[in-house]
Amino acid sequence: MDKTNTKIQENKEYLTTLDQAIGDGDHGINISRGFQEVMNKVSGQAYEHVADVMKDVAMTLMSKVGGAAGPLYGTAFLKLSMTFKGQDVDYALFSQGIEDALNGVKQRGKSDTGEKTLVDVWSAVSERLKQEEKFDGSVLEETARTAMENTKDTLATKGRAAYLKERSIGHLDPGSVSSFYLFEAFAEVINEGE
Amino acid sequence: MKKIINDPDKVVQDMIKGFVAAYPNDVKQLPNTTGIVRKEAPFSNKVGLVSGGGSGHEPAHAGYVGQGLLDAAVAGEVFTSPTPDQLIEAIKAVDGGAGVFLIIKNYTGDILNFEMAAELAEAEGIEVDKVVVNDDVAVEDSSFTSGRRGIAGTVFVHKIAGAKAEQGASLQDVKQTAQKVVANVRSMGVALSSCTVPAAGKPSFELADDEMEIGIGIHGEPGIERKQIGSADDIAAELTKKILEDNKLTKNDDVAVMVNGLGSTPEMELYIVNGKVQELLAEKGINVYKTFVGEYMTSLEMAGCSVTFLKLDHELKELLDAESNAPAFRAK
Repeated sequence: MDKTNTKIQENKEYLTTLDQAIGDGDHGINISRGFQEVMNKVSGQAYEHVADVMKDVAMTLMSKVGGAAGPLYGTAFLKLSMTFKGQDVDYALFSQGIEDALNGVKQRGKSDTGEKTLVDVWSAVSERLKQEEKFDGSVLEETARTAMENTKDTLATKGRAAYLKERSIGHLDPGSVSSFYLFEAFAEVINEGE
Repeated sequence: MKKIINDPDKVVQDMIKGFVAAYPNDVKQLPNTTGIVRKEAPFSNKVGLVSGGGSGHEPAHAGYVGQGLLDAAVAGEVFTSPTPDQLIEAIKAVDGGAGVFLIIKNYTGDILNFEMAAELAEAEGIEVDKVVVNDDVAVEDSSFTSGRRGIAGTVFVHKIAGAKAEQGASLQDVKQTAQKVVANVRSMGVALSSCTVPAAGKPSFELADDEMEIGIGIHGEPGIERKQIGSADDIAAELTKKILEDNKLTKNDDVAVMVNGLGSTPEMELYIVNGKVQELLAEKGINVYKTFVGEYMTSLEMAGCSVTFLKLDHELKELLDAESNAPAFRAK
């Protein structure tokens, strides 16, 4: 439960950062509203399993965010919840959860790696987790950051940015940025736990 | 930002409240949602029609709820699709046993949320089918893009699918007719100024005083070309040409024309554009069966307009003419 509490506290802080970074676009507005609702929902609640937290996060994001981000993040957390169900989360299970979440997001968004979407960040993280054997916050953060930064030079072929075609080059994909914040917050939790 | 609002986070709720208060005999709000439903819904053995999308496109979408049109419209946050939990409530509320038909504009968010709602509905034993509107010729289709955007042409889908459902057609038949509309409707827009999303508080993009953006989307997302503003005739000619190139209308074809304002263009200017559009169609020997000029699918206070052509056959003409009674579309 301590871990959950820490996570939630971290969420609060990273949310503020997130909104400042991309708070003027609709993604920033929607995702910050969604995570604010998540805070309202999960803070102060006693959870027995991580899976239950993930499920509440999923349902809240799905019902409060809208746009593409709601179903995509909702699906990701729902998959995490399903993978974690009834178990204590160790490294192997966490890695599996991220892979399942990635596949869920790919399927829901009918997208793949390299299309300048949040999938790029999730798949990089998932790949890296498979190569490692234990939690390492800085590796996690670095992987997510690199993948996010790589979206800057990619031509968007999915999502609303695809309409921009060549004009999408040079801009970070907002979904990748919010995903990076998510993994960054998680990495901070891991580092603090050490 | 200068707007008549109370709180940027409450614009949708406040709008819904005012909308229901304006049409208390015709519509009701679904409790705890941002869905607007026909007052007597569901209608037994009639296919229920649900549309929706982000707010900020008024009169879309709630304005099209009424007899011969939609049974329900769900409003999302400004320029953001409604969420699955809201959509499923609307689907349940209009299911009269003949199934529910969803009209979706081709945006990733809308598709994802409507699809999730459809899955939830099917899990509850409600038969659901859908059509995706993609009338905007500004954005080219390819296997790599998410496809064309859905814009003002959606209004024709509402009207014609609505009339078909009102006649008692089956879910399959409503779908077939709606798909025929989608296959024959094409639009394109131009913006002279940006809109301001209330929660963002500043314009979505910058356009110089002497610039226009051709092929703009209804959320202020960029179009295909930014250039020196032209006359109304030039704009009408450019939009018409692009649409005709795509739609391949030929001599003696019958069309419905819509010149749609994006939120802050005076009717005067819309009629000026329409004048030229009609002239250009006449030159090509294309028959204009019916014309609609006004605000049908806006983009907050964006200045500019879109032009839509729908190629008509006998069935579509009859359904376009069928009686309808919704705040934004009355026909007799």
